[in-house]
This record gives sequence, C-alpha cells and structure tokens, in this order.
Amino acid sequence: MSLTKDNRLRGETAEPPGEAVGPPVVARPHRAPGLLRASAARSSVELKAFFRNKQSLVFTLFFPVILLVVFGSIFSGKVEGTDTDFRQVFMAGVVAAGVMSTAFSGLAISVAIERDNGTVRRLALTPMPKAAYFLGKLARVVVTTVLETVLLIGIAVVAFDLPLPSTPGRWLTLAWCITLGTAACALAGVAYSAVIPNSRSASAIVTPVFMVLQFISGVFFPFHQLPLWMQNTAALFPVKWMAQGFRSVFLPDSFTAVEPAGSWELGRIALVLALWAVGGLVATVLTFGWRGPRVR
Amino acid sequence: MSTAQEAHPVSVRGLAKKYGDTFAVRDLSLDIHRGEVFALLGPNGAGKTTTVDILTGVRRRTGGDVRVLGRDPAEDPREWRARIGVVPQSTGAYVDLNVREVVAHFAAMYPAPLPVDQVLDMVGLGKHHAASALSLSGGQQRRLDVAVGVIGDPELIFLDEPTTGLDPVARREAWDLVRWFADRGRTTVLTTHYLDEAEELAQRAGVVVGGRLVECGTPAELGGRDTTPATVTFRRCERLADRALPHGLPGSTRAEESGGLVTLRTPAPMGVLEVLLPWAHEVGVQELAELRVHRPTLEEIYLDLIAREAAACH
Repeated sequence: MSLTKDNRLRGETAEPPGEAVGPPVVARPHRAPGLLRASAARSSVELKAFFRNKQSLVFTLFFPVILLVVFGSIFSGKVEGTDTDFRQVFMAGVVAAGVMSTAFSGLAISVAIERDNGTVRRLALTPMPKAAYFLGKLARVVVTTVLETVLLIGIAVVAFDLPLPSTPGRWLTLAWCITLGTAACALAGVAYSAVIPNSRSASAIVTPVFMVLQFISGVFFPFHQLPLWMQNTAALFPVKWMAQGFRSVFLPDSFTAVEPAGSWELGRIALVLALWAVGGLVATVLTFGWRGPRVR
Repeated sequence: MSTAQEAHPVSVRGLAKKYGDTFAVRDLSLDIHRGEVFALLGPNGAGKTTTVDILTGVRRRTGGDVRVLGRDPAEDPREWRARIGVVPQSTGAYVDLNVREVVAHFAAMYPAPLPVDQVLDMVGLGKHHAASALSLSGGQQRRLDVAVGVIGDPELIFLDEPTTGLDPVARREAWDLVRWFADRGRTTVLTTHYLDEAEELAQRAGVVVGGRLVECGTPAELGGRDTTPATVTFRRCERLADRALPHGLPGSTRAEESGGLVTLRTPAPMGVLEVLLPWAHEVGVQELAELRVHRPTLEEIYLDLIAREAAACH
C-alpha cells in the first residue's frame, strides 16, 4: 500500500505545534497529566451531567424539597413532653434526608449507570488517575449537597419559621455534621452501587433503602416515639445520627429531654458517621470494578 | 531475538486464555512491527476481541508472554496507558454531554493530546460538535468512539471493528484516519470483518480461528494467495461447441466444463491466454464470450481458510 499525500486528511495542515508528520517522535514526554487536571475534567463533566439531567435534578435534588413542603404543610402541634413545634423537628430531619438523597442515592445511582453504560470501563482505558473519578464524584456530591442543604434550610426558614442556628457553636456543628454525613453517605453509596446489576434497576434498588431509613430514623416521626427495636436498628445507620445532629443545630437544648440518651451525643454522632465513612471507603476499595462485571 | 522482540510494539508468545474449561485463545504468537497496520481477521468468537482485550490490559491472560510497548499490559502503568489508544468494540454512552465536550474531556487525560477540533474534523464530526452525544446516529456514535480513542495521539492504536455500522463514505473517512496515523509512524492493530478494509489498510494480516493464529502474512500472500491458481473462464459459442481445447496450455493447467462454461485453473493465466486466443481466432471467433481472468480475492482465500480449519476441527 502506498501512503501518498493524497491519502492525507484535511486535518493534516493543522498540525499540533511542535509535532512533525512522518518519522515517529522517539522521545515524547509520556507523563500523563496530573491528578489535578484529570479531576478538574471529571468534576466539570459530573456537574454538567447533574444539572443537565432532569431525572437527577427531580429525583435527587427536588424530592427532599417536595417532602419538606408537603409534610411541612401537613404536620402541626408540639412534640409530646416538649415545648418544640414538631414541624421544626421534621425540618431538621429532612435536612438529613437531603444529605442522604444527594450523597447516597444520587451517587449510587450515577455510579451504577456509568458502570452499566460503559463509561467506567472506557475511563479505565485512559491514563486517568483512578482517584480522579472519585474526586469528580466528590465535587458532584459537595456541590449538590450544599445546594440541597441551602435550599432546604432556606425554604424551612422562610416558609416554615425554622430559626437559624443561634450560636457559632451550632453553625460549627451544622458544618461538620454535613461534612461527615456527606462523606459517610457518599462512600456508602459508591460501595452500595456494587450490588446494582444495571442502570434500569438502580432507582428501584436505591430508593427503598432511602425511604425506609428515613422512616425509622425519625425524619417523619419523633424518634423517641418509635418502637425500641426500630430505634436500635436505625442507630446502626447514619441517617438517625445526622438527623440528631441537625436537631442539635436547630432545636432548643431543652429538646434533649426526649432524646434517647438525654443529650445530643455529638461525640457519638461524629464517631458513627466517621465509622461509616471508613467502612464505605474500605468496601469501595475492595469491590469497585473498573472492567465491568463480566470481565475476568 | 530478545532485543528484536523488544523493538516490536506488540510481541506475543504462546498466549493462552481459558474460560472455565474452554480455551478462547491458545498458543497464539505474534509480532506486530513498528509503523505497520496489522489486521486481525477471524470469524465471530474466534478470539480476536479477547486477544485485543489482553493486549490492552482489559483482561488477564491465563498463560504466555505478552509485551506491548515493552510492558506487560497486566501491570497497566499510567505512562503506558498514555501511549496506547483503544477503540473498543462497544463503548460508553456519553450521557448529557455534547460531542466536543466528550472529546475535550478525554483529551484532558493525556499528556500531549491532538487538538480536539482537528480530531473532530478528521472523524467527520466537525459539523456535529455541538450536538448531544446521545442524539448521534449509530455511525456518528462510532466516529465519536474513534475520536475518543485517538485523541491522546497514541503510538499504538487498537481498533476493534472501528467501521462496523458506518456507511461507505464514513468508512473511507475512517480509513483516511488510519493512514494519517500510519503516516505519523504510529502502529495500528485493527480487527475487522471487512476483508477489503484489511486489504486496503494493512501491510500484514493474521487470521485467528478457534483461538489460534492460523495464518499470518501480507494480504497478497495470505493463505498462499500468491501461489493459488488463477482461473480463466469463457463460454463456448456455436463455432467452438465441439472444438477440443487447445494443446500447449501451461503444464499445470486443469480444465473443467459445465454447460458450455469452461474453467481453466492455472498458475499462469497469461500463458493460457497466449494459447487460447489463437485457438479461437482459427475458427473466426474474435471475442470469447464471458472471458474472465480471476485471481482469488482475499475474501475467497479467507473463507477457504476458515472452511479448512473448521474441517480440521471435526
């Protein structure tokens, strides 16, 4: 076969600078771009995908907002044995539900879809540092969780008279509760995605977990009124602890009278959420498959 | 031997891949030379994609020695990844992004990528750069796969059936792209079902059947094509109806007749014609009906090879 000029493409006139047609360039720099650039590229794609996808916007971002508005309008009255409006208890819980929605559900579903449609496999064929994929997911989760939290707290404050945190200490608690809660839910979400066989079943496998945990973790009902076995079960999962943390941020300290331990248990909240983050990370490292389920 | 082997971008010795009790690939040895386009041919399920998957580090081999750009693909080092480009048989759906964003995103993973717009033009997607990747037709989607695969300006390119689903014009554009990389001294490994594609692009081709490499050579000599007899055929007209075939046909020519159609199998078709034409002229025939000189096409050689291998297995 002859390789003549005529075989060349119209693109050949626009050579990249410093590259010559013809003999192979022997000493090319082969260092692949660093983690930073690859992570920036992944983050940009993650955020574009999230905000352009109506499904993820509606189910992940707006679902907790709808819960907030609907139930916030239904619930009324004081929590038995306290002077606190149950609506405010619910608002604190729904912020926890929001974190779980964006961090756990959103991430588990998006990883499952990308594994099913070949994106994960395709990325593994590039020199992308593997960590860049997860840092991109992190960017997605951080942006969407912050947005979700601001939306929920904003609506709760404006429309349902939720008081903003009254002391710097409470703001600080809000910050670390969101951070640790997000880390716990996100890493658990990526790990959980391993059990989702394909993208069609992703929502069906993720949503029940999300719903059940909300019910048993005291989002819709005052936690102390739930049966003890339910309380004990919920205590194994992060949502209960996040909700408790957010109650400590938004409710008066007098509410601790009906908390299971009689206090906010901030130390234990931090411990449980951190344990979930570590557990999720270990499970992710052990189970995350880059090549797809059928590749041996 | 070992230094020569190092110099080859792809060097495979005794490759084996076993799924359960069956071998998908067995004892496959192969060298692919720097700067060549090498076509890997074979029927569905022959082990082509398994082989490519092992060479690109996607699958683990069961046995044998594999060197790709001097490294073992199973190690999968990042600097090595940056030097190879892969267009797999099936790739991801690039959801919620437009064509240019998809290619730019993959460009960001490589140390010295080609300009995104240039590659989009090369694969014929320049006009569609703002189109949503999901809205592309099957053929356009395939071109996008190719663009993503080569955006890193790889030294070694693996194309697994790159033109499947493309229309004839798009296929030729894809061929131009392969030649463009060949002109840059890059090496290409191409699997394909289109034998014209292999003949057009490849300097050498290998045929894989049942997980084994049964033939390897230039498309012109593959399967003994260069020494396989050509056929000269013509139809007897009225004047030639009863005339005996001429004497003096080249020695190894074999003649067959069926319903007035004469087929002469010969390694020397010109020698046959030199005798045949005067023989017809003598009885006043100026033009032999349906005269045809036919050399075996790559496709015939290939089908023949596959049939022989299938027969050998039973």
